[in-house]
Amino acid sequence: MSARAGWPLYEVFVRGKRGLNHVHVGSLHAPDDEMAVHAARDVYTRRNEGVSIWVVRADAITASSPDEKDPMFAPSGDKVYRHPTFYDIPADVPHI
Amino acid sequence: MPAPPLDPVVDEARLQELFDATVAAERRIEPRDWMPEGYRRTLVRQIAQHAHSEIIGMQPEGDWLLRAPSLRRKAVLLAKVQDEAGHGMYLYSAAETLGADRTDLTDRLIDGRQKYSSIFNYPTLTFADVGVIGWLVDGAAICNQVPLCRSSYGPYARAMIRVCKEESFHQRQGYELLLTMMGGTDEQRAMVQDAVDRWWWPSLMMFGPPDTDSPNSAQSMAWGIKRHSNDELRQRFVDMTVPQAEFLGVRLPDPDLALDPETGRHRFGPIDWDELKRVISGDGPCNAERIARRRAARDDNAWALEAASAYAQKHGARS
Repeated sequence: MSARAGWPLYEVFVRGKRGLNHVHVGSLHAPDDEMAVHAARDVYTRRNEGVSIWVVRADAITASSPDEKDPMFAPSGDKVYRHPTFYDIPADVPHI
Repeated sequence: MPAPPLDPVVDEARLQELFDATVAAERRIEPRDWMPEGYRRTLVRQIAQHAHSEIIGMQPEGDWLLRAPSLRRKAVLLAKVQDEAGHGMYLYSAAETLGADRTDLTDRLIDGRQKYSSIFNYPTLTFADVGVIGWLVDGAAICNQVPLCRSSYGPYARAMIRVCKEESFHQRQGYELLLTMMGGTDEQRAMVQDAVDRWWWPSLMMFGPPDTDSPNSAQSMAWGIKRHSNDELRQRFVDMTVPQAEFLGVRLPDPDLALDPETGRHRFGPIDWDELKRVISGDGPCNAERIARRRAARDDNAWALEAASAYAQKHGARS
């Protein structure tokens, strides 16, 4: 039985540079939040891939289920008028 | 009124259809999607074996960390060996999205229930081996891994993209090391040639058995978790490597190696498949040593994990 058994799983998010969102890069196990950040630095940012790291315990994430994909995202499916390409504008109108 | 979710038992045929359609459309399967049990099992084995190879792969080169000829070479080698550990971590992380447990996977490696690449069971006799591993072994790994960036399983494909970016540094540092040695003394050039002689054939074996003896390939190709046949990848590697060897000024140890003017590809001599079988089944030059070292790392360093757990407990209790 390894001493690491029971360490929670953390999902790791890295901000590549200022002005960008944090993006999910992978996961790791750590005994606590602080050590998770340190481990994430070693595993996921060996080449200046980031300026900021978030770690979140995987069991703290609430997700939509893929099984519910259709009903969950259906309400936006038939609202094409939310996209700019829905509208016909004559080609010679400038700056629109 | 939302439709109820599909039931994995009642609606299996429908779920299989959705899965097949996703793979056929070159979209990715993600962790919580339904997937055939064989797909999950095969992927866990493939990803675990890949992860184990990265971890065991630290050993042959790690042997030279304390004997590197300069501080520059030592820093480079240290960074490379650290990368291999990182690659192992990305891959274990991907395997865990399929329900595997990494502590259990490590135990399976140490117990011999799961395998790793045959190439790491050969010894590194001189510092030229460090260069040849970067050039040939990492070069072969790149041939294998680039197509896996398009694996149908999302987490594996994403891990491969990270790995491939870093492998490029590995191959270039190796080739540069060899160029430097080839510009040195006769003795250094002889060391490079000797290392090439020893690593060439095992590098070709890295691509696995010939297509005629690779029974699971067809299913893996259909699932999109294998993209090209073993022989096709091996051929690409040979074609890529021959001009690099010429530039370097080394001889590849195969009298049958020749360019076929009709196909533009290289013919090469027969591979000793018995040797590959022997090494895979545990009878290579360093199998026992590699596993013993991995076992010692697990057991002798257990105290560090225990200390981290104790610290977390104490720290958590105080705050």
